[in-house]
Amino acid sequence: MLTLYNPICSLYNPIYYTTIMAVEYDGGVVIGADSRTTTGAYIANRVTDKLTPIHDRIFCCRSGSAADTQAIADVVTYQLGFHSIELDEAPLVQTAANLFKASCYRYREELMAGIIVAGWDKRRGGQVYTVPVGGMLVRQPVSVGGSGSTYIYGYMDSNYKPNMTKDQCLRLVSGALSLAMERDGSSGGVVRLAAISETGVDRQVILGNQLPKWSTA
Amino acid sequence: MVGVEDLVHFRYYVSSKTINKLIQVHDRIFCCIAGSLADAQAVTKAAKFQISFHSIQMESPPLVKAAASVLKELCYNNKEELQAGFITAGWDRKKGPQVYTVALGGMLLSQPFTIGGSGSTYIYGYADAKYKPDMSKEECLQFATNALALAMGRDNVSGGVAHLVVITEEGVEHIVIPGDKLPKFHDE
Repeated sequence: MLTLYNPICSLYNPIYYTTIMAVEYDGGVVIGADSRTTTGAYIANRVTDKLTPIHDRIFCCRSGSAADTQAIADVVTYQLGFHSIELDEAPLVQTAANLFKASCYRYREELMAGIIVAGWDKRRGGQVYTVPVGGMLVRQPVSVGGSGSTYIYGYMDSNYKPNMTKDQCLRLVSGALSLAMERDGSSGGVVRLAAISETGVDRQVILGNQLPKWSTA
Repeated sequence: MVGVEDLVHFRYYVSSKTINKLIQVHDRIFCCIAGSLADAQAVTKAAKFQISFHSIQMESPPLVKAAASVLKELCYNNKEELQAGFITAGWDRKKGPQVYTVALGGMLLSQPFTIGGSGSTYIYGYADAKYKPDMSKEECLQFATNALALAMGRDNVSGGVAHLVVITEEGVEHIVIPGDKLPKFHDE
């Protein structure tokens, strides 16, 4: 079968200008993102926060059009907050994911958004749901997204094992993101991490000079 | 497809191929092809002739750099018509094992190791993380096999059998790994 290989410019425009990742562990999830927002070749924001809280224990990682994902996240935050008040208890991660899917699928022609929804609820513990462009919804133990994600599929496949601890997950995510940021021109800056569990949300930032280093060709 | 080299200590080189994507252009020099198969075959055929002619004229085996350079000339001078990229790798007396990339427009680059083809995008992270200089032959083979298996697991146009070739001063060794014997990862 013929394959076309072009190292100088992609044959299709990268849709996502970022790298985002989320991993489930027993007791919660670890999510991470780079911090670069680009308009063409200019870095509009080099310290972006792409990890957006939707509810107390539910976050989303945004990739794609910044405007579209902000708008969708605002809508879902409102819908989920309302639902949670009606229910009189904390919402499920699956509910949040389905709300994202509903918006992304209904307006799929107008939107350019790839979102990973991750969080903790007391029914199923830590969960990661991915809602890529087009509006599909699927739950995965580990998920990557954005233009930089293609470079780390191999790393993720080989390094993820089920039943990891929180620290192992943090190392996996920060390692994978730093590899993607080195290779993808549209990802860079700092690595933002968040660990979500029953006890709360623990956020951290890893600056450029503190990132893990790899010996590259 | 992956080409890996271990420079100093053990003088081993490992290249990989899938199906007919590895062409032997001289006794100790192989060429991995990516892109339009027709273009790549035409280019390597012409290059094979030029390299063996050069080798006869010089009365010694060709340098890997010379072989890569021949490919580069062909790619650069015909860049409008061609759509093929190459990894040229092998062993020669002057510098030992070497790996050269000849990219689409005719760029020539010498690297300790390189990856190419449609499946290569998925293993950039893995290769960057796992590669270290001065690996042994077994480590190189393990690295290449794992990288190939990961790429074949994600790329829909890569798959089947993994071919590996080890080129040393002593000779050339083919290793074939069928798909079901490749290493498996957590989701398989």
